[in-house]
Amino acid sequence: MSSVSPDLPALPRKAKVIAARPFPTSKVVWSVVGWLVVFVFFFPVLWMWLEALKTEPQAASSPPTILFVPTLEEFQTVLAGDFPPFFINSAIASLGSTLLVLVLGLPAAYALAIRPVKRTQDVLFFFISTRFLPFAASLVPLYLLARDLQLLDNIFALAAIYTTINLPLGVWLLRSFLLEIPPELFEAARVDGASFGTEILRIVVPLIAPGIAATALICLIFSWNEFFYAVNFTSSTAATAPIFLVGFISGRSLFYAKLAAAATMASLPVLLAGWIAQKQLIRGLTMGAVK
Amino acid sequence: MSSIASSGGVRVPTAASAARRDGWLRRLPLLPAFVYVVVITQIPFALTIYYSFFSWNLLRPGSFKFTGLDNYANLVTDESIRTAVWNTVLLTISVIGISVVLGLAVATLLNSEVFGKGLMRTLMIAPFLIMPTAGALIWKDTLLNPLFGLLPNLLSPFGLSRVDWVNQFPMATVVTVEVWRWTPFMMLIILAGLQSQNPEVLEAARVDGATAFQAFRRITLPLVRPFLELGALLGSLFVVQTFDSIYMLTYGGPGQDTTNIPFLLYLVAFQGFNIGQASAIGVVAVILTTIVATIGLRTLFSIFQVEARR
Repeated sequence: MSSVSPDLPALPRKAKVIAARPFPTSKVVWSVVGWLVVFVFFFPVLWMWLEALKTEPQAASSPPTILFVPTLEEFQTVLAGDFPPFFINSAIASLGSTLLVLVLGLPAAYALAIRPVKRTQDVLFFFISTRFLPFAASLVPLYLLARDLQLLDNIFALAAIYTTINLPLGVWLLRSFLLEIPPELFEAARVDGASFGTEILRIVVPLIAPGIAATALICLIFSWNEFFYAVNFTSSTAATAPIFLVGFISGRSLFYAKLAAAATMASLPVLLAGWIAQKQLIRGLTMGAVK
Repeated sequence: MSSIASSGGVRVPTAASAARRDGWLRRLPLLPAFVYVVVITQIPFALTIYYSFFSWNLLRPGSFKFTGLDNYANLVTDESIRTAVWNTVLLTISVIGISVVLGLAVATLLNSEVFGKGLMRTLMIAPFLIMPTAGALIWKDTLLNPLFGLLPNLLSPFGLSRVDWVNQFPMATVVTVEVWRWTPFMMLIILAGLQSQNPEVLEAARVDGATAFQAFRRITLPLVRPFLELGALLGSLFVVQTFDSIYMLTYGGPGQDTTNIPFLLYLVAFQGFNIGQASAIGVVAVILTTIVATIGLRTLFSIFQVEARR
């Protein structure tokens, strides 16, 4: 409908195709609406970043400072302070537990998917139900046990708990990926005399690499952001990044930029991982039900 | 684009004799994970049940005493527990209800013809990925603080300048922050559902004279219904356990206004060190969650299995 006026220079081929269509008024309107909605949801994150790039007086000014020269001052202050050990603890707990989930979960998922035993469904539902067992179920005995074994405020004990939280999800997810591999592949490997270990490492792992990535991502997200066990089972030496942020609760206005800088850094690993692996994210979050 | 994975379905082994021979070998790979889960969840749970019949406060040494069902009787009579149950229900239903509706709206937007879909989706999922403790702090201190927060300053021309949102509307604040966090989750799941729709069907409906609304209600909505249900169920299993944002935003207060079951458990177990009472709360919470989760998950995954086999 809308035509290109004759005196315009020749348009490239692609532009011609667009020009031949009616002007997409509705597309513009819906885009504006869409971007407004996205802006509202993204704004707190953006604001966190902006506050983090301000100086303390700018961050806590009234009315808020909109125009300012960004500075990394507060990031440096937080990094030079006692934040790094918290961050490292988070890394140990989440990477350690994720690794353990894969080591324990892969054989289990393999057994459930490829070599089903009687009552496989029941075993599966038992596994998945433990994921949604409220922490109320085992909290008190675990706490008493950790206390008696001197394992309170121990980062490896925390990693062991995170493994329990993520293992059911891991087994379930890995199984959903394994089910997509043609069983003939495993039969062939066994006929060729491959041992169980060889079968897992040489066939299963390469074939479901995306599945392992998805599982690892979900485990990392849940354990990195975990707060309840962290706050109750650690105090100082094993405290993780979310615990560092608790220190800001009572903090008054003078600490806004530091708070925002710490919050930004604490959130960064999961935010980046989730953004990079969006496809795996959806599958992991729905426990493999949605691809 | 998106499809639904078969989440059930047991494969029949091809060689029956081999199955008999290595019957125990089949169970072996399952064992480490199984034992691990049993040791860290089931045995403690058994202990939780055991403790729930005792009066035991860690702050009073030697107070370990069998009291039968007293702790459970307290659950019925104690007002604080009823309040916590009510708050949990209120929080879960409002967060899931609002975020499913918003998630459906945003997903529909992102599935239509708009500029920059990919970037929109990327930015949209950020609230879900941000550490919940960090998100809650940002809301509480930099956005809602009555003196220095952005929102009171923006609203000052409307006479709402010094509203202390967190203290005056504590539950609404918690719900808002949780909706902010869970809407992206719902959006992702619903968007996957919308994208699995065949566009030709909608096109055909339009040719037949259906309005956009009619097509949405009669064709799209039934199609994404299982995705809405999946999102709502998984979401509620998580939201029932909300702890981080309550701890950071309101600490369960003012008074008991935002104390839900997990937060009450935290108070009873780790502030009051009342082990027996905390265990009884734990047992009841487990029973309630298990009923919802088992029925819900079984139903949902059977729906998805059926869809995949169609």
